[in-house]
Amino acid sequence: MANTYRVLDKVRLQDEEEFVDILEDKRYCSDLRFAFRTFSPPPYKGAPACSSDELNQAVLESQYLRYVIKEVALETGSSVEEVRDEACGIMWEMSQNLQLRFIRLLGFAVRKVFKRIFSAIYVNMEGLQVLQQATQECPVILMPNHRSYIDFLVVSYILFNYDIPVPVIAAGIPLAGMKIVGEILRRSGAFFIRRAIGSDKLYWAVLSEYVRTIVRKGFAPLEFFVEGLRSRTLKSLPPKLGMMNMILEPFFKGEVYDVTLLPISISYDRVLEESLLAHELLGVPKPRESTAGLLKASRVLQENYGCMHVNFGRPLSVRRLCEGKINRCQYNLTPRDLPQKPNAEAQACGSWLAHMIVRLQEEGALTSPWSLMACVLLQVPTAVLTEEGLLFHQLTEQTLWLRKLALDFRAHLNWPEKVPDSDVMSSTMALHRSVVYRKAGRVYLTRNDELERKHSIEEDMMRTAAALLMLASYRNQCLHVFVRPALLALAMSITKSTKKDELLTCFCFLQELFSNEFVFIPGQSSQDFEEACSLLHKCKAVHVGQWEVTDSDTGPEVLSFLQELLKPFIESYQLMFRFLCEERDCVFREKDFLSGVRTLATKLIVSGELHTYEALSSDMQKNVLSSLRRLGAVTKITISENNEYKVNKSAVRRTGDMLAGRIPLQIVQAAPDARL
Amino acid sequence: MASNSSGDESTRHQTARHRLSVIAGHLQRPTDRNAALLAVDCKAQGSKPNVNTSDRGEGRTVPRRRQEIMKWNGWGYSDSRFLFNKKGQAEFTGNRYRLSGMIIPGLKDWMEGTFGANLQHKTQATPVLNTSAVQPPTLNEAFVEELKSTGIPFSHEAEDRVFRAHGHCLHEIFALREGKIGRVPDMVVWPNCHNNVVKIVELACKHNVCLIPYGGGTSVSSALECPPEETRSIVSLDTSQMNRILWIDEKNLTAHVESGIVGQDLERLLNESGYCTGHEPDSMEFSSLGGWVATRASGMKKNIYGNIEDLVVHIKMVTPRGVIEKSCQGPRMSTGPDIHHFILGSEGTLGVVTEVTIKIRPMPEYQKYGSVVFPNFEQGVACLREVARQRCAPASIRLMDNEQFKFGHALKPQISSIFTSFLDGLKKFYITKFKGFDPNRLCVATLLFEGPREKVLQHEKQVYDIAAKFGGLAAGEDNGQRGYMLTFVIAYLRDLGMDYYVIGESFETSVPWDRVLDICRNVKARIVRECKDKGVQFPPLSTCRVTQTYDAGACVYFYFAFNYRGLSDPVHVYEQVEHAAREEILANGGSLSHHHGAKHHQLYLNHG
Repeated sequence: MANTYRVLDKVRLQDEEEFVDILEDKRYCSDLRFAFRTFSPPPYKGAPACSSDELNQAVLESQYLRYVIKEVALETGSSVEEVRDEACGIMWEMSQNLQLRFIRLLGFAVRKVFKRIFSAIYVNMEGLQVLQQATQECPVILMPNHRSYIDFLVVSYILFNYDIPVPVIAAGIPLAGMKIVGEILRRSGAFFIRRAIGSDKLYWAVLSEYVRTIVRKGFAPLEFFVEGLRSRTLKSLPPKLGMMNMILEPFFKGEVYDVTLLPISISYDRVLEESLLAHELLGVPKPRESTAGLLKASRVLQENYGCMHVNFGRPLSVRRLCEGKINRCQYNLTPRDLPQKPNAEAQACGSWLAHMIVRLQEEGALTSPWSLMACVLLQVPTAVLTEEGLLFHQLTEQTLWLRKLALDFRAHLNWPEKVPDSDVMSSTMALHRSVVYRKAGRVYLTRNDELERKHSIEEDMMRTAAALLMLASYRNQCLHVFVRPALLALAMSITKSTKKDELLTCFCFLQELFSNEFVFIPGQSSQDFEEACSLLHKCKAVHVGQWEVTDSDTGPEVLSFLQELLKPFIESYQLMFRFLCEERDCVFREKDFLSGVRTLATKLIVSGELHTYEALSSDMQKNVLSSLRRLGAVTKITISENNEYKVNKSAVRRTGDMLAGRIPLQIVQAAPDARL
Repeated sequence: MASNSSGDESTRHQTARHRLSVIAGHLQRPTDRNAALLAVDCKAQGSKPNVNTSDRGEGRTVPRRRQEIMKWNGWGYSDSRFLFNKKGQAEFTGNRYRLSGMIIPGLKDWMEGTFGANLQHKTQATPVLNTSAVQPPTLNEAFVEELKSTGIPFSHEAEDRVFRAHGHCLHEIFALREGKIGRVPDMVVWPNCHNNVVKIVELACKHNVCLIPYGGGTSVSSALECPPEETRSIVSLDTSQMNRILWIDEKNLTAHVESGIVGQDLERLLNESGYCTGHEPDSMEFSSLGGWVATRASGMKKNIYGNIEDLVVHIKMVTPRGVIEKSCQGPRMSTGPDIHHFILGSEGTLGVVTEVTIKIRPMPEYQKYGSVVFPNFEQGVACLREVARQRCAPASIRLMDNEQFKFGHALKPQISSIFTSFLDGLKKFYITKFKGFDPNRLCVATLLFEGPREKVLQHEKQVYDIAAKFGGLAAGEDNGQRGYMLTFVIAYLRDLGMDYYVIGESFETSVPWDRVLDICRNVKARIVRECKDKGVQFPPLSTCRVTQTYDAGACVYFYFAFNYRGLSDPVHVYEQVEHAAREEILANGGSLSHHHGAKHHQLYLNHG
């Protein structure tokens, strides 16, 4: 554990790093000349370069795959040749085909687009220099957060720009299905992974060997999104561990000296997909990735999306981080090529690392003024925003107050310096006119009513909901800054206690309950708690004694703000608990749950009983399900195919009561996480 | 130590000891027959007409007073050493070696380039032993008295004792150079024969005296270190005068030899009769037969002749509970666990090996060196693996990595003719320019073939054909021979390095084939990283070679050295780095040792 802290501290040291706009000096140089620049990254010292054909060959001929093919053949009764052909097919579907000329082509196109839609792309040069060094030493894993499709291209683009080997990128298979674009991506280094792999043994084998071979050969960095998906809510997602384990294995088995993990935080002022995401959360299905769709979407390219910050974190040595956590001798007594599941120790290590990366991504992210404004706006009653409007100067005042709090909480802000605060506010509002607009000194919610026609109440509500969910997403961008102190503030209000141990128990309960909403490093609750205490102490909201935490004179303002910040989550969770308890049947289907909750929430919002629109978010609804499953209040019925669940109503009720502080906390059964 | 050491033995040890004595009882001859033997009996016993053993000491390398010919604080003969002459050129003194008296022009640049060493920065070793720094001996009077009556020579002179207090670990030599002397034996005895040893061990048991057997003094496992806390009298039992070949059995091709004979004498004497053992560890000039047995030694030509465990037919060992030996010289037995297997590798903890029957072979008709250059280490390892798979390894095959190749190159003596230098240039041009080998990646395998001429040539072709499949190019006999020379002079080179703030050592491991590349890379990288972490100011030399091949794996040998200027406790840093390197070896599936032995690694054995 001590390790984490050291790492986190080191990363914090880079606070005042300088960001450089990479579009700035290039804006005047021709795109074509840019595309044909000489690209000469320093070579990797560990091994010679390796073409994609050689890579595929190495995978297919690997001893590991030969074992698995034999096993699969035996299990399915088909011949070894057939299985091998199948494996070849999977390879063919998956493999990247990185070619420099396509990187050039991509560079050309991306630059054209970027210059149009972004006013600046800021990159920390120091991080790049360190990265360039690292790529020569050992295999590097680039781990950006994933908020937009743009993420795919931007890292490769930057690396190409600065003579660093361009990465091969793990991408979802739907992208491969796009005509032409899929192929371009493939040749720019993307390899494609199916979504629901399930128990397809052969597929897992090919994929894992492919990833491991990339790491072993180390000829190019490997880029993947540890969150697994694009975050629909702009919040960090709990990391997926499959890829992580594949990447660590070559190190555990001594096949590489070390693996370097490099967290990258990409922060957008405004996300291209904002309205698409909000509608998706409201149940409008996501359009299939297709080239035609992309062309149709080209209208989004007419708008301005502000700035983008790409913060390259400090390289982390897996070897150093795993010191004392993993006994590498355990691999000595069986052939390393033998298919073996990672043991508990290795899995725990992978999970710990993955969570830590997410935390570092969060810490490296830059918080925009807009994100702070969203926090403020969401605490204003909806009716105010839709009807009478919020006074602009009031918004400004509160946002500035929040800025100070965020700085106290060690957030990295990208608040423009040397610009009057009011200008910052107005320009931010202008950038986000798709969500709010200013009229006569008041701020209103934008609702897409280009067409002046009568709307039904329902339709009206959906438009409000879309705008509010967008707003919520932008709030989510900075939630990680406040979440620990906020959970403590919440614990204080739930327990009405000042005793540290009671607060810690409640804090842990909340972490556990919301572990799908907010990412915490497993097994580090007490450190998180200490951090929350010290941050609240720092902003003078509480006094922290050895045994007690008490609020101070200036406390209520901060504490109530933080409690309000999490209120949408509490309310939504309570609503869904209520829904589950009120249902007649104990068995329900996921689909019915989603639509049922939506209907109930809509009803209650209209009646004014429910104040948050976030209960409508399918993301939140699914999170409640997983959370209850983890707590054992809901179990999945495995036999059925369409995701049926069985609910333990009393357990759900109890959880709701504990959350509301109606009954004292019982120790919550935390999911077992070995050796953390 | 052969005597009963500390008083508080655990019960486990007692049971073990009991079982040992039972086994010994089975194997022992009636002891009372030899009980009253005196030293004078040795002369008459066991001499054979075909070997000239009567004039002991003549033609033998090691005298009783080792200081007469050997360094007291460095490796080897006093007259042979590397130095930088007035012109700043490296030179090897003396006339004992091929390299003796030659100028080695490349060495200076190599040392400066590799270590950042500088000829201006010299650290002189203490020139002569300061005998007043040596603790006065703790003598056990009763033991000394009885020993005197046997007539076995002994000494408690400071020089004799200091000489036997150390092997050649870095920390031991480093301390000597600084004139630091810790606990040393209180007395040295020189038994002349097996019966002398029996007597000495008997007296040691009787008078509660510690014995440390001493053979050639080339140990690199701290096995000769005297425990500083030991209060009893410590006696070093120097077997160097037990150096006769007692008989040669030409019908069975075995020789019965006293354990103190050093490798070069054994080989030379056998050669006189047209035979050899073929056991050639790198230390063979000074290491003794008994030492090989006690440490499970391995010779460079083991592919033909086998390792020591394959070579011994019979061992006689004196233990505190009597003499252990097999009752016959049969080549294999199935009568319970083989007692040889706990003698081999016991490093003097169970007893003193006194006589060994060892296999001999007729001297090879023809010997030929060779070498192959590979574009990179990976290809080289793949080639060695294939050679092992086809079981066609020559007498010796070693693959040096790029750094070691350069190291070997730096030892090239001054070239006499313009013609050879021209040829060398041409060779280099061919390999690097024409064949496109990267001079910073290529590596070289050195080969030694032995046998009937016809077969050697055939064998050579087979090996070169395999090498060609892995991109290997034959690179001549000279390169090969120089590669082997490196291993014989490396210890002398270490002394030179120490004159210029460079300390280093070697360690080795055995590892399955599929892990060879990984272990080489990881251990070398770990050394570099640890040095950096521990504040070493200059990049270290971290190099390895695959030095033996087996069916299921290989032996890898690492050299590690660094310039310690600016460090307050270089030996401690060195030990930390070595510890880390060992840990890395274990984590990568390697063994703690292939042939050096493991006394000071008990630490690892406990948890490893």
